[in-house]
Amino acid sequence: MKLLTGNDLKTGFVTWWTGSDWSLHIEDAADVGEHGEAILAAEEGARRVNAPYIIAGEQTPEGPRPAHIKDRIRALGPTVRPDLTLKPADPAAGDWVI
Amino acid sequence: MYKYDEYDHAMVEARVAEFSDQVRRRLAGEITEDQFKPLRLMNGLYLQLHAYMLRVAVPYGTLDSRQMRMLAHIARKYDRDYGHFTTRQNIQYNWIKLEDAPAILEELASVEMHAIQTSGNCIRNISSDQWAGAAADEITDPRPWAELLRQWSSFHPEFSYLPRKFKIAVIAADEDRAAMRLHDIGIQIVEKDGVHGAAFYVGGGMGRTPMIAPLIKDFVPLEDMLSYAEACLRVYNRYGRRDNIYKARIKILIHELGADEYRRQVEEEWAHVKSLGIDPPNAEFDRIAAQFAPPALDASAPDEIDRSDPDFAVWLDQNVAAHKVPGHAIVNISLKPVGGIPGDASSAQIDLMADLAEKYSHDELRVTHAQNIVLPHVRKADLYTIWQALDAAGLATPNLDLISDIIACPGLDYCSLANARSIPVAQKIATRFSDLDRQKELGELKLKISGCINACGHHHAGHIGILGVDRKGTENYQLLLGGSGAEDVSLGTITGPGFDEDGIVDAIERVTDKYLAERTEGERFVDTFRRVGMAPFKEAIYG
Repeated sequence: MKLLTGNDLKTGFVTWWTGSDWSLHIEDAADVGEHGEAILAAEEGARRVNAPYIIAGEQTPEGPRPAHIKDRIRALGPTVRPDLTLKPADPAAGDWVI
Repeated sequence: MYKYDEYDHAMVEARVAEFSDQVRRRLAGEITEDQFKPLRLMNGLYLQLHAYMLRVAVPYGTLDSRQMRMLAHIARKYDRDYGHFTTRQNIQYNWIKLEDAPAILEELASVEMHAIQTSGNCIRNISSDQWAGAAADEITDPRPWAELLRQWSSFHPEFSYLPRKFKIAVIAADEDRAAMRLHDIGIQIVEKDGVHGAAFYVGGGMGRTPMIAPLIKDFVPLEDMLSYAEACLRVYNRYGRRDNIYKARIKILIHELGADEYRRQVEEEWAHVKSLGIDPPNAEFDRIAAQFAPPALDASAPDEIDRSDPDFAVWLDQNVAAHKVPGHAIVNISLKPVGGIPGDASSAQIDLMADLAEKYSHDELRVTHAQNIVLPHVRKADLYTIWQALDAAGLATPNLDLISDIIACPGLDYCSLANARSIPVAQKIATRFSDLDRQKELGELKLKISGCINACGHHHAGHIGILGVDRKGTENYQLLLGGSGAEDVSLGTITGPGFDEDGIVDAIERVTDKYLAERTEGERFVDTFRRVGMAPFKEAIYG
């Protein structure tokens, strides 16, 4: 699957294209398929998200999972500060990254 | 400490107003990210993996308690309650919102701080010896010269768009505590026939192509230091490569020209530049130097220290250094607790260090390139009280210059350029070697980790260096041995094939075991490596 991601203009937080809007949670991310470039161009024009780009991922029972560790770290948060990730209450969340 | 004059205040305040308007226009959608990016970078605002990151300059690593408290305040109010002290004596905040950036810069300006020129292809924050003004071995305090360079380089119109970033360090002791020869320009204040001058080492650096700066001029009269620096930069600005980012640093130019030809061109340029009158009059230097006057220390203060608390005695031996004034000492605060994140400090810890500086260190602190903090002017009689306060705050780890005093860049946990995580590797190594007796048995051992080839973690200069790389989407760690950023400067050599995260920790243990087996009396790790060479270590690592 193909995922579209970027950083929110105001906060810089990592954000994912859901098919109609942007979400901080990768679980909401949609497969953009072959439409990624067109969505990317339109969203760059809207200027809500910085430097959006398309990545490869796979669909898993837990939801979309980026192919590269860098984007998995982006999706969750720093592996060395679980308290600052999007899932601070889940001690096993880091396993998803590695 | 240097205090802003009216020009400093006006420059910084004007920049805050200018950037505030740029942020407003960006948030309103009036300018694109491509247009905005160079503007935010000029103000130290990066976009990293999880959020905007703000890098705040700490000129030559010196700050007072008021400024330190402001750093804590920013961490608390605008970030996530911590800051990260960097290998260039700065501090970075990892979770900044763009809309907050103007307010943060305004608050910084209120305590004479800013983030100007902490990014971009300009002259970056001038770094220096963290023990400046306190070290017994210095011939003078190098910071007035660093401050002069700061003023000269701030908004220098000719050097705001160099081929690439440019880093300068100034020291005034033979013991190099600032990795001076791994800078674009390293200046050592030296003495010749009773007169002080500046030795210029130019063209050093780490990154993709590490190089040790050659000596370009052994003695520049101090009154000509700025014009000579200007000549060095001019030759670089004229001929440095702008067509290839990987060959744009001055080290590549000097390597390709040769040090002799570069020196000749600088001399030619200097003959012209000297006639322009850019070197400041003595009165101006004296004005700056007066602000770095040594604090009034009582040389008759008691020299004896009660060592009856064994934990205190361990810290005293490892983290406290000699001061040039009797009865006083230099306190090195380790930001490397076992299992912690190198260089990180919470707002409460930053506040505590500010309080201790105000009460016990003549209101001064220093940030070190090894990502620690220094209280430079402490009475020996106050050491036990300081240690108790540090210990209660988790800041009394007695590991200065030991294997767990690891320099590590933010790596892939935070940095958009990184290929591999640095911090977890540092944590695993520190945990593996957590036994202090074992660390002390190994002695001075500088371990440095970078998460990519840009080498922010100084891996080339580590007695043991680790470079994280991306191997087909998986983190892999190369091991280097034999580097040094000190006066015995050298570049590490890669041992061979890399390792995974756990494998690199095992490899380091094999290396240190080999060192213990091979060393002779008094040899540090790096000394043994230099004596016996790579082969026995390679055999120990790979079999």
